[in-house]
Amino acid sequence: MQKRFMVIWFRHLLTDGLAKRRHELRELPFVLAAPQKNRMVIIAASLLAERDGAFTGMAVADARAAVADLLVMDELPGQAFKLLRLLGLGCIRYTPIVSVDLPDKLILDITGCAHLWGGEREYLKEIVLKLRAAGFDARAAIADTIGTAWAVTRFGLKHPVVPSGGQAAAISTLSPAALRLEDDVFDRLQKLGFKHTGPLLDLPTSVLRRRFGQGLLLRIDQALGRAEEYREPLVPPVPYAERLPCLEPVRTAQAIEIAIEKLLSALCSRLQAEGMGLRKAFLKCHRIDGKKIQVGISTTKGSHSVSHLFKLFQLQIGKIDPALGIELFVLEAPSVEPMETVQEQLWAEAKGLGDDALAELLDRIAGRVGAQAIQRFLPVEHHWPERSIKLASSLTEQPETDWPRAMRPIRLLRNPEPIEVMALIPDHPPKVFVHKGKRHIVAKADGPERIGRAWWQDCGEHRDYYVIEDNAGQRYWLFRSGHYDGGDARWYLHGYFA
Amino acid sequence: METSKQIISELRQALLKWEGYKPPVSGQRGQLGLGPLESVFPNGVFPKGSVHELVCASSEQAAASGGFVSGMLSLLMPPGGVCVWIGRDRRLFAPALSPFGVLPHQVIFIDLLNDKDILWVMEEALKCPGLTAVVCELRDMDFRQSRRFQLAVEHSRVTGFVLRNAAAKPGSTACAARWQVSSLPSAELDGLPGTGFIRWQVELLKVRNGQTGRWILEWQEGQFVPVSEIVVQEERQVG
Repeated sequence: MQKRFMVIWFRHLLTDGLAKRRHELRELPFVLAAPQKNRMVIIAASLLAERDGAFTGMAVADARAAVADLLVMDELPGQAFKLLRLLGLGCIRYTPIVSVDLPDKLILDITGCAHLWGGEREYLKEIVLKLRAAGFDARAAIADTIGTAWAVTRFGLKHPVVPSGGQAAAISTLSPAALRLEDDVFDRLQKLGFKHTGPLLDLPTSVLRRRFGQGLLLRIDQALGRAEEYREPLVPPVPYAERLPCLEPVRTAQAIEIAIEKLLSALCSRLQAEGMGLRKAFLKCHRIDGKKIQVGISTTKGSHSVSHLFKLFQLQIGKIDPALGIELFVLEAPSVEPMETVQEQLWAEAKGLGDDALAELLDRIAGRVGAQAIQRFLPVEHHWPERSIKLASSLTEQPETDWPRAMRPIRLLRNPEPIEVMALIPDHPPKVFVHKGKRHIVAKADGPERIGRAWWQDCGEHRDYYVIEDNAGQRYWLFRSGHYDGGDARWYLHGYFA
Repeated sequence: METSKQIISELRQALLKWEGYKPPVSGQRGQLGLGPLESVFPNGVFPKGSVHELVCASSEQAAASGGFVSGMLSLLMPPGGVCVWIGRDRRLFAPALSPFGVLPHQVIFIDLLNDKDILWVMEEALKCPGLTAVVCELRDMDFRQSRRFQLAVEHSRVTGFVLRNAAAKPGSTACAARWQVSSLPSAELDGLPGTGFIRWQVELLKVRNGQTGRWILEWQEGQFVPVSEIVVQEERQVG
């Protein structure tokens, strides 16, 4: 497919950006200035300032002489890139590949996009009008190459859409500066009387190379499409993505469901063909009021099942506020993993933790109540009860050590609760203990089981645990913190046995 | 000519079949190892593909019910089987399951805050045929919800356990059985000091198409062991 590029030039990028934030500046001639070689030089001038005779590159003192009420402000470094980045992200709705060309241009790869707006002329008009409505003085042009689109945007007066293959004709009447030349090369060309690009194109390459170097030839080749030119896109393209523009803006949940289903079936058939499974996906909804709404899902195990992924998205539909309508849906899968295709088992009994149905169940639960609610524990070689388990990082992670066989309470209190006890002999299990005002008479007891702290991790008293059975048959896990010295030992209830 | 008795027994069998009780197929392991508890169920088989509720009046009873359910899980779970335990506030201590014969890493814990989410997750989990059993701790459950659970398990054949905490007077539900488990003082082991095997009083308060009953069980080395009533009476006098 023939590549098509669009270059947008913001003629007063910095001043327009500032005036957008500070409305009072719109009616005033103002310039942004920065120190250069011990004098203040104008970096950017607003439209009104230019009309009065203050131009970029002038010294501020000269401009003040020309324009009486000129407002001079300091330039913020890095502001141009910030503005272009924001504008470029706004243009993502027109094409996925947008790159920034400092100091004041955006380059859009519009290959295969323009027909959705009814042709390149309408496409260009739509973008330029939208940018102008936003307060930016924008000009744009479309051509087969970045070089030609750049030249026509910057120097062309009419016909912003260069037909395919018409690069040479389009740039031949323009100044050589349209070729994006370095200053000294341009100066030499001016001295030699090259007022237009046309004669340069006719000269043999060896002549040009000898006098002006390889740089000029490269620029000519790039403009004519003989050399490739690469740009770093603002948003790195997600390899697995699907777009669905809507003829009419949609607002209903049902329409959103249909859109999701269409996008998913397209994406999943591609994933399936490549043997990949989706782990994370985002649905970006571009609304007609310019806002973008994003909902995401994630799975515990790679999946390319339309029905399952659709169910996950269905839980999120409530979060999508269509407002006046959504005109473009983009489904992106930034995280995919290779899937093992397993032969379907007939008469499969419980398939264990690797079961697809289980992974899908957990995805649905995570989508509704959050992934932090789902926990799986593995043993750790620690006797201290709170440290004896850890959360498993994945569904299929297996324990490295065996689970301890010692009896542990089925309900462990998060924080041990203090109790009052009565013990007949020091270092013996208590005879009576009172918990939350209730008196329990101890019938049988096991213990103590002394568990020391891991001294390399924290310091403090060890615990002496007792398994206590009261006269009703209920078992408790009590411990005494520290040694029994003269009655100031503290006792705690830590859990209930089954 | 069939006699009326034969006809009635055939009709009973047919009714049971329609209600989801299949007679044990020869060659399959029908018995779970619950001893006398199993005989009261229809066809003498513990209903696996159904929902059981356990009524717990106090946190002590909840702990006892948790232990009883863990024991059940160890009997139900095939090697590599997975079970889901839905809790209100994470209080269950995973290593406690291992003495009951359940590998704690084969249990997925889901920790939720309100009953609405618990009911939703429980129903979704019961629909998943890859699971062996689903346990959930609930505050209360109405008939409609229990019916939904029952419908879900009839397709997936998952066993569901509902631990109803703090239910003062439980209303009727569509569950296959209603249990109440409470702890009993343990017996002394050959005169040795300390605590003995865990002992529960298990009451089957309601059972569909079966007989209710009351047993005393001990958990001894990986299995339920029934204890005759008389011994316990003596123990009580001693304790």
